[in-house]
Amino acid sequence: MTRRIAAALIALLPTGAAHADWELNMREGVTAISREVYGLHMLIFWVCCAIAVFVFGWMIVALVLHRKSRGVEAAQFSHSTKAEIIWTLIPAVILVAMAVPAAKTMIAIEDDRNPDLTIKATAYQWKWQYEYLDEGVSFYSTLARTSNDARRTGSGIDPESVENYLLEVDNHVVVPVNAKVRVLLTSNDVLHAWWMPDFAIKKDAIPGYINQVWFRAEEPGIYRGQCAELCGQDHGFMPIVVEVLEQDAYDARLAAMKAEFGTDTPRLANND
Amino acid sequence: MTATTHNDADHADDHHDHGPELTGIKRWLFTTNHKDIGTMYLIFSLVMLFVGGAMALVIRTELGQPGMQFVQPDFYNQMVTMHALIMIFGAVMPAFVGLANWMIPLMVGAPDMALPRMNNWSFWILPVAFGILLATLFVPGGAPAGGWTMYPPLVLQTGDAFPMLIFAVHLMGISSIMGAINIIVTILNMRAPGMTLLKMPLFVWTWLITAYLLIAVMPVLAGAVTMLLTDQFFGTSFFRAAGGGDPVMFQHIFWFFGHPEVYIMILPAFGIISEIIPTFSRKPLFGYTSMVYATASIAFLSFIVWAHHMFTAGMPLTGQLFFMFTTMLIAVPTGVKVFNWAATMWKGAMTFETPMLFAVAFLFLFTIGGFSGLMLAIVPADFQYHDSYFVVAHFHYVLVPGAIFAIIAGVYYWLPKWTGHMYNETLGKAHFWLTTIFVNLTFFPMHFLGLAGMPRRIPDYSTQFADFNLVATVGAFGFGLSQLLFVWIIVQCARGGKKATAEVWENPVGLEWTVPSPAPHHTFDEPPVVK
Repeated sequence: MTRRIAAALIALLPTGAAHADWELNMREGVTAISREVYGLHMLIFWVCCAIAVFVFGWMIVALVLHRKSRGVEAAQFSHSTKAEIIWTLIPAVILVAMAVPAAKTMIAIEDDRNPDLTIKATAYQWKWQYEYLDEGVSFYSTLARTSNDARRTGSGIDPESVENYLLEVDNHVVVPVNAKVRVLLTSNDVLHAWWMPDFAIKKDAIPGYINQVWFRAEEPGIYRGQCAELCGQDHGFMPIVVEVLEQDAYDARLAAMKAEFGTDTPRLANND
Repeated sequence: MTATTHNDADHADDHHDHGPELTGIKRWLFTTNHKDIGTMYLIFSLVMLFVGGAMALVIRTELGQPGMQFVQPDFYNQMVTMHALIMIFGAVMPAFVGLANWMIPLMVGAPDMALPRMNNWSFWILPVAFGILLATLFVPGGAPAGGWTMYPPLVLQTGDAFPMLIFAVHLMGISSIMGAINIIVTILNMRAPGMTLLKMPLFVWTWLITAYLLIAVMPVLAGAVTMLLTDQFFGTSFFRAAGGGDPVMFQHIFWFFGHPEVYIMILPAFGIISEIIPTFSRKPLFGYTSMVYATASIAFLSFIVWAHHMFTAGMPLTGQLFFMFTTMLIAVPTGVKVFNWAATMWKGAMTFETPMLFAVAFLFLFTIGGFSGLMLAIVPADFQYHDSYFVVAHFHYVLVPGAIFAIIAGVYYWLPKWTGHMYNETLGKAHFWLTTIFVNLTFFPMHFLGLAGMPRRIPDYSTQFADFNLVATVGAFGFGLSQLLFVWIIVQCARGGKKATAEVWENPVGLEWTVPSPAPHHTFDEPPVVK
């Protein structure tokens, strides 16, 4: 119980943005990679805006000035090799300029060497199973009971009254802050995807495959994501919650988790 | 390009202008006339636009506020899947084929399509295909609910609808391939004397290239769904991991079809816009040759970018970089086209009749879809955008104010040629403004939803997404209702109205404007000569 309250308090502190309505933009997130991705996102966005100002501006000037009602006579030119070369080359140069930083970030994302902790996530219709491979801890993580009750068609429960509606699970993934956490992804049935916006991670969980992603969260807090690949009727109802703790808090939680989930064969959580 | 006919246009068909031989339902069932078949394609696609649109409104109704109010999650998924299949294969593609049927023979000076009986068949397969597809709503297990992309293993969980889905997709593919063959044969063999390839109207060019894309990729789709069928019923394991198969291979095959398919739905739109903008700018199309080469480049590139739909499926770094670079490259020829259209308007003498209004809106809004496409090409950022509402916003921008606006523009542009009457310009302009305002109200907020973290294809969402979803729902109903006005304008124009001249507009270029309005049942029995 105290744990829940503490978790709720922590949730209020660093990730208030998750609850802001009329949210317009991507979150910067809490990893070096997510900030780099955010930077790329903003860079390409501003590049697009600059091109838009030029192209739309050009068209708007034409739409205002070159209309028949102003009594203009239509010119009859129909080509200009010079113009064609210019507006082929300039976009090409812009694209190369974009491709270089994007490729650099790609290479950084793919550098999955030397993880501090490895968690295997197996997707099921419609829940996640997490195994801490070196710790012998394994548990299922399903939609919190409060959300699950409210989301039934015609339940009569106002979603606004449910805390973290559809973004809360019974058992959080717990990781230490500033540790390089590797997540191995697979699926037991259909395709799913593990999306954690604050870490800029999205990767498919595919039966017969092990995909991997990694993150190094730099701020303690509770981070929420969702399954991002259509996986059947309850696709919208299998969220992902990662709790980032200071090392000593993490050690304490891990010990508690070992006591609760520390069996070789994972068992179903009793959903309370 | 200058075009003249042998005969004075108004008398071209005096000698044997007979109407259809059959009357009533038989006329339509057995017709081999490209104009009748074109009309049927267009009416069919309009009906499908409303069927698919009704499904979109079910989706938007459920998403109007958080919590599940109206449908079950599985039915929601059925609506998502069917909406996409119907809009892509039932509304957009047949509309373009309908326009091709009507206009390509008129534009190249041919008396009809090259293979008129096959033309009849390729149309009449479609109502059967969509009859089967829509019937899945009433079979045990309901309609397909695994998304229009039909990814296994999820699609293999479909109930009795599964073989019906595969059969319907096969029929659509057969219809498309036959239509494409017909268009290629017509264009390559039946052009009027003097109309060299580089004198063809841009709409004909874009359709020629599109038809090759169709022939190249529809069999790939057929192969992919056939493998699904054998996996389901004949014990194969193409995509079953448990039997040594590979679920990701389906995605590769599907998107090898799917990405060219995206351009199948936009290249003819480019062609329509390239016809309309010069007419209402009273100025020749800028950079005709580069337009043709740009279209061909886009078509070529469409075959080597498919994996950008599956960056999150996991692939080697080199693969991700390759597909990122090729995808970004598409911006170059697409940019050339947009610049050429802008240059066409520059120093023109523009008027803004309804077709031009839709064409100008296309320029702006399709370009916005292009920008979000460029953003999606950046792989690290794509990890955030992928399968979120940002993608939904992106492809609806290129498909609705892109492809569908171009189709609507084309319909207004050629409607007087088809019916012999002018449509009601005031109502047309009202239709334009309503449609343009509501399309943005519907789809623009989806960019924000996706960036804020809302996944696509979910029937319910966390409360922080409530506001923009409500805006989108209001927009969707406005957009849907506005299209009723479109139907009314078409019906009104078909019934009567101000007589249209042969030219309809002010000095438009093209052979289609040399025949009377309405275009007689048979045109160009004597081929015109193009200088």
